Formats: sequence, structure tokens, C-alpha cells
Amino acid sequence: MKRKLEITELIFKIISYTLLTAFALACLYPFVFAISSAISDRHSVEYSEIILFPKGIQFQAFSQMFNNNMFWNSYSNTLFITLYGTIWAMFTAILGAYALSKKRLLFRKVFNFFLVFTMWFSAGVVPQYLNYIATRTVFNTVGIQDDKWLVVIAMGMAAMNIILLRNAFEGVPSEIEEAAIVDGATEMQVLTNVYLPMSKSTIATVALFFAISRWNGYFWARQMIRNQNEQPLQVFIRLTLEQYTESEFLTSWNEPYAADSVIYALVVCSIVPILIIYPFIQKYFAKGVNVGGVKE
Amino acid sequence: MKVRAADFLEYDQEAGVYRENPEQAVRDDVEKHYWLHVARTIAKDWRLYLMLVPMLLVFLFWRYFPMYELLSCFKVYDGVLPVSKQLFSGFSYFKQLLVGGTQLSTNFWRAMRNTFILSFYGLCFGFPMPIILALFFNEIKSNAARSVYQVLTYLPKFMSTVIMTSLVTMLVKQGSSISGMGIVSRALVGMKLISEGTGNAGLLNNPSFFRSIYQISGIWEGAGYDSIVFFAAIIAISPTSYEAAQIDGANKWAQMRYVVIPSILSTVVIMLITRIGSLLNVGYEKVLLLYNTNTYVTADVISTLSYRLGMMGSQTTQGIASAAEMMNNVVGMLLVIGANTIARKASNTSLY
Repeated sequence: MKRKLEITELIFKIISYTLLTAFALACLYPFVFAISSAISDRHSVEYSEIILFPKGIQFQAFSQMFNNNMFWNSYSNTLFITLYGTIWAMFTAILGAYALSKKRLLFRKVFNFFLVFTMWFSAGVVPQYLNYIATRTVFNTVGIQDDKWLVVIAMGMAAMNIILLRNAFEGVPSEIEEAAIVDGATEMQVLTNVYLPMSKSTIATVALFFAISRWNGYFWARQMIRNQNEQPLQVFIRLTLEQYTESEFLTSWNEPYAADSVIYALVVCSIVPILIIYPFIQKYFAKGVNVGGVKE
Repeated sequence: MKVRAADFLEYDQEAGVYRENPEQAVRDDVEKHYWLHVARTIAKDWRLYLMLVPMLLVFLFWRYFPMYELLSCFKVYDGVLPVSKQLFSGFSYFKQLLVGGTQLSTNFWRAMRNTFILSFYGLCFGFPMPIILALFFNEIKSNAARSVYQVLTYLPKFMSTVIMTSLVTMLVKQGSSISGMGIVSRALVGMKLISEGTGNAGLLNNPSFFRSIYQISGIWEGAGYDSIVFFAAIIAISPTSYEAAQIDGANKWAQMRYVVIPSILSTVVIMLITRIGSLLNVGYEKVLLLYNTNTYVTADVISTLSYRLGMMGSQTTQGIASAAEMMNNVVGMLLVIGANTIARKASNTSLY
């Protein structure tokens, strides 16, 4: 009996390790391939000789891109949108979630429903588009000519993140808050000195959710930002890809590196910041999903 | 209605007279002047209500106003007037979409079918993968090794849709005289799964591959990250359950079947119901970035169709685009509410 037990367990372990390793490598492979292709020479890329390791190293694809003003422009636009977008979203979400977490709030259920309904029903692409156009007109009339502010202020709010924050605030023991109020703390002081320090990890998680979605935002930025110089990095990557996959463009390609290498180099540049901070943040993401997934 | 004196009067024994019941008086006052009472409470606690304002405005302006724009599916577009002043056209746009014969309604039904098929395939292939991964993660007892696997499999989730689709495009790109086909196509040709000609034409130009590419890239992107929820449910199982099963002579498969699966079943059910609830929410961004005119047959979904009608074409088709989305969204919402109700009945946990 003992013997049989070990065999099934062993088989299962072997299967698990094999398939997991295969899947993990499959997850990693496209990125390694992208890096290798970005720094390989023209011949090996065009004749598909790259499988894993680079061949005939060149860095011209990168240096050409680093000399491109559009690239740096779009990079700084992405940083702008990510920074201000996250600050604005966190500002509205924290204040709103704090108020919603209070039992004494009148019409609490109505406000909650107001949020949750947007998770059930969304207007869809075209009505949203018309709405953003109208908003842009209003912004322009008020004197905000830079369409990036439209992306920062009007987009990227998510009801789910507010609910995550609200749940975290509800978990703060009310005794501590009462003690602070007895000591003469105002509403704002209670929030900044009691609630924020006590729900640090959820706040970090939600801020990261916002920041990642801002960094990765593409569709609405492309639709709404009229000035080419204001477009974020994702739009720049997509436009480059669309240009480079046209065959007329390829036949006239006259560089020592392959046209594909440019795309791969762009991809690498976009994911490097995420790859650098990723090991430090991934535990927060796991926590956020656990809090949001099955709670309530 | 019969008014009893005792409700608002109480007998004061010392003075020997009836007096007004103070509590009841306050309650009456609140009832009579409800909104005044509300205003007083808000005025007293105005800081708290002020905090709500930015969030409410953001949702009102950019979540609820678009819903109002959606009403243009019932209105005649004339290019000048706002939605509220346009003429009511009834269900004519809906009729144009639903009633067969025209190019428009053919496209609509094709998009409807594609939306369902893409979601349904996602349910069949995409949904079980995270559960299987979580079961595998559970087999790895060393924490260090497991975190390495987790870090690697969560990674694609943090890449943007543009990066993901760019990589997919490059990996299965077409071959030409100047450069060879993508590495994945080449591997598939090498394994004799597709012919050389198909590979050279580019898999993304071939309608019969779109659904597979969509699902496989979806699994690649999300399976690792989605397994977190299931893995959390698995590690919550008490070790004594396994020990009890082992003493009863259960081998690995029996332990799986009688310990692990029943323990995570409630999580699986909840996640499945959520998934069914969002059956019609096919992400338009990913489809838009992957499809092209050659693959509309299998790739065009409702939101991409209405994107083309409403944002690429002339403004006169915006009403029809809104009508298409209205139908999609209403069915979607009914699915969510239905799924939520079932979840509440089945497991006493409602998702919202």
C-alpha cells in the first residue's frame, strides 16, 4: 500500500514539474526572443536564424531609436500620464472609499450602487467616444489645450479599485479612530494619520493597479490625443509596428540591421521598466487579487 | 388611521399631567421634515460628504453621461442637435440590425456569433487552465522554487495589450522575399501542423487561425495570474485533511478527487459564475490590434463592429453603432445579474 502511494505521488510530481516548467518557459520565451532579435544582425533576423541566442551582435537598432526624438517624447508622455494619472486616481479613490467605508454616511447604499452599477453596465465604445469628444471640447474652452490632461483626468477610474480600498478601510478597528477623535483629530487627520498607515499594503496594491493600467494604456490615448508629439509610448510602438509591417516599407529598407529589430528593440524598451520593478511588486498584486477575488 | 394619544403623549406622574413624548416628537419631526433633517446631517458632517464629491463627479461625467449618449440609438441623427433634442426614431436602428437581408445585419449577426464563440472558447479552454496551474503549484513544496515559477508565469499579465499583440504579430508574421516567416509559424511548419504556404501567408491573415491565436495568447497572458485565487483556496486546505485521507489509504488521485477538488469547489463556482457574467465583454482592444480585413469572418465582434460604424465611418451611423452596443450591453448586464443571483443562492456570497 505504502509503495503504491509513493508511485502515484511521484508521477503527479513529475507531471507537475514538467508542465509547469514548460509553461513558465513559454511565458518567458517571447521576451528572450525579443531581446535576442533586437541585438542580432540583419541577415540572421531576416532569415529566421535566431531561435534563442543572438547572432552577430549589433546595437544600431537601439542607438537609432535612442536618437529618435519621437521615442523620447512618447516615453516622457507615458511617464507624465502614469504619474499624474495615478496621483489623480488615488486622490479621488482614497477620499471616496474613505467616505464610503463610514457606516454613518447617509445614502451609503445608493452611493455604493452608483459605483457597482458601472461594473455591470458600460455604455460601450461609441457613446464613450462621443462623451470624451464633448469633454475635450469643454477642456479646450476652459483653456486646457494639452489632450494628455483629458487622458489623465477623464480615464482610468475603476470601481473595483475603490471597492478594494473601501474594504480595507472598513477593516480598520473603530477604537483607534475614536481615540484619535477624542484627541481632537479632524476628519482629514483621521484619514491621513490613522487609515492610510493602517492599510498601506492595499493602498500600494491599488496604486500599482492604477499605474500599470496607465503605463499600458493605448486605445483611448490614440483616439483622443490629436497632437502626434503628445502620444504615449504604446501608441508610438503600435504606429511603428503598423508602418514596418507594410511590404513597400520593407523593400526599401536599407540599414545594417533588420526592420524587425526596431520593433523588438521598442518592445524591450517598453517592458524594461516593468521588468525592473516587477520582482518587488508582484507580491502586492497577489495580495490584491486575494482581497478582491472572493471577499464580501 | 387611528392616532393613539400614548404615541406622542406620556403621563408625568410627579406633576400629574400629560406631556409630549420627546423622542416621539423628534421622530415625528424627522418624518415631517425629512430633507431638512438630511441637510442638517450633511451640514454637520460636511467634510465627509465633500470627500465623496470628486469620485462621484468622475463617475457621473465619464461613466454615466456616456450611458445617456447611448440613447442616441433611439434618435435620428442630424449632425447638429444634442441627444436630448434629436427626433425619436423608435426601434428603426434595431430593426436594421436584426432583420436580415442587408449587409449591415449580416455583419451584425456575424459579430454576435463571433462574440459568443470567442467568449465560449475562453470559458472552455481559458477557464480550466488557471485551476490546473494552481494544482501544479501546490505540488511544489519548496517555497523558493515555487516563487520562481510564479514570478515567471505572472509576468505576461503586466505587459500591455500593445506589447502582447506586437509580439504575437511578429511571432506568426508572414514570410516574404525579404524576410522569413515568424518563429512560431516556422516551428508549426517544422512539426507539419501547417503547410509552408499557410505559414508564409501569415497566420494572422488566415481567418481559421484567429480564434486559436486569440485563446492561446489569452492563456499565455492570464493563466498564471488568474491561478492566484485558486492557489490561495488550495493552500487554505488544512494538512489534517490530507493526513486523514492518507490513513484511509487514498493515493494521490483519490486525494485530489476527495480532498482538493471539493475544497476549492466553491471558489471555482464563484469564478465560473463571474466568467459567465462577463461572457459578452470581449475586450475590443485586443481584437482591434490582432484582426485585419482578411479575418473579419471570425474576428469581428460587436464592439469592433460598432467601433468601425461609429468612430471610423460617418457620423450618421453612430446611432446604429449605439444600437448594436445597447443590445450587447443589455444582454451582458442580464447575464451579470443572473450570475450574481445564482451565486448568492448557491453559496450565500454575492459578488457585488
